Amino acid sequence: MAGDGPLLRVNNIEVIYDHVILVLKGVSLEVARGGIVALLGGNGAGKSTTLKAISNLLKAERGQVTKGTVEFEGERLDRLMPHQVVRRGVIQVMEGRHCFEHLTVEDNLLTGAFARRAGRTSVGEDLDRVYHYFPSLKRRRRSLAGYISGGEQQMVAIGRALMSRPKLMLLDEPSMGLAPQLVEEIFAIVDRLNAEQGVSVLLAEQNTNLALRHARYGYILENGRIVLDGPAQALRENADVKEFYLGLAGERRLSYREGKHYKRRKRWLA
Amino acid sequence: MHFLYTVLIDPFVQIAGDPRFFVEVLTGGLLTGVMYSLVALGFVIIYKASRVFNFAQGTMVLFAALMLVGQMEMGAPAWLALGTTCGVMVGLAFAVERLVLRPMVNQSEIILFMATLGISFFLEGLGQLMWGGDVHTLELGIPSGPLTLGGILVNKLDLVGAAVAGLLVTALALFFRWTSVGRVLRAVADDHQAALSVGVPLKVVWVIVWTMAGLVALVAGIMWGSSLGVQFSLSLVALKALPVLILGGFTSVPGAIVGGLIVGATEKVGEVFWGPALGGAVENWFAYLLALIFLLFRPQGLFGERIIERV
Repeated sequence: MAGDGPLLRVNNIEVIYDHVILVLKGVSLEVARGGIVALLGGNGAGKSTTLKAISNLLKAERGQVTKGTVEFEGERLDRLMPHQVVRRGVIQVMEGRHCFEHLTVEDNLLTGAFARRAGRTSVGEDLDRVYHYFPSLKRRRRSLAGYISGGEQQMVAIGRALMSRPKLMLLDEPSMGLAPQLVEEIFAIVDRLNAEQGVSVLLAEQNTNLALRHARYGYILENGRIVLDGPAQALRENADVKEFYLGLAGERRLSYREGKHYKRRKRWLA
Repeated sequence: MHFLYTVLIDPFVQIAGDPRFFVEVLTGGLLTGVMYSLVALGFVIIYKASRVFNFAQGTMVLFAALMLVGQMEMGAPAWLALGTTCGVMVGLAFAVERLVLRPMVNQSEIILFMATLGISFFLEGLGQLMWGGDVHTLELGIPSGPLTLGGILVNKLDLVGAAVAGLLVTALALFFRWTSVGRVLRAVADDHQAALSVGVPLKVVWVIVWTMAGLVALVAGIMWGSSLGVQFSLSLVALKALPVLILGGFTSVPGAIVGGLIVGATEKVGEVFWGPALGGAVENWFAYLLALIFLLFRPQGLFGERIIERV
């Protein structure tokens, strides 16, 4: 069952919030085993919703997958509870970091091991592994997570997810609100986790340039639909992506005013 | 002038004139305060993990005590009655999770609070339906009566209550601080969504905290029932737990104890020494005045969570 076929297959899902608001209008995507896949798009395109539909955190926000399926290693995830999804090896690192502010850094990390119901020694090993990747967290292990810097909080959030020994991490805007240098540092660590620990990554990002440098494949979401997908290299060279997402147009930089008057081509037939 | 004298000077003259009596009053107050803390603890456990203010905590105290005393009056031995009552409280936790909290998930705090109001009425009715509305005497063989300790008169029952409360608080504080379940409960208290995302099964968490609160309510019910008798007014003791919570902080286990001590001591001392000047019944309102002052100047309470703000 495992081995061949993609690790994650999202098949034509539709998501409705509060029974009335249609947010995703048929999204399909795949993440290969060991891959890094970028999910790109502007504000409100549906990136976070897609990730939450996979991790099943939607229900906690009164959202619902009304059509389509989510399969992980051939098993359907869309009928499981969030903690069951985590136990299968899929974990989401939420947008805005969401650390437990009144817990110490180490306690934050340890909560990530809870779902796995692991013994003390294996949790200890996992903790050492997280500190190996994020040495600055080891120095701050006794600090309250509410008082550490934004970059360190993002590291706590990723480290905490790592404690569950995930096969697939869903990263939601890890670059949000961080200095460019820190963003590079965090993405470098994500690359290492992917290469050394074999963690596959589905990455939702607004920073298209950054995401396409680290991902191998990319999907572009607009208004709840996938409008374009392809290998990262091809997307970077696509004229529309250059124009709308990378802010480049042919030889010259397009000014905001010109961009505003330009009516976007619709890429889907609907 | 005379009024100012009786309020500002006379009480202190009395205290200085008979310090032993003052210590006796103070000790009595502190011991009563510990009993308040027992009730407050149940609130703290649920509030800490779920930000739900459980209005039914007082009724749970009454309900647990009624279950216990009812079975004993039917002739069940104490250990059996205790066992079944524990079982009923655990069952109650499961029922609350399944029938109230689960359908209400993601509703705002005020709606969940209203739901606990409903639970409170339901339990009150159920308890009286099963065991009637009479006053029952609870006789578990806990020693009571006066005892002279170093020349100070105290009630034995109060001493036992203090010991039980102390033990319970120590156990709870250790549990929250050092066990992995305790850590997860603190995490859930901080951020539900994040807890969900790292794979904490919230349903299990709700059952755990309501079970804990139910068992604490049973202990409080035993102690209060032994001293006042098991009767409807027991659920009103919960109202005294409110100022205790405001003083100590809604999220702090040690806070519930310290808050209880302060409320118990000040209201008793106020009653005995200032009561005559203020027309008596100081005990009834003093705690609420204290709570009001705290709300104005330190709304998170003495031991409440630090409010972390980033700029």
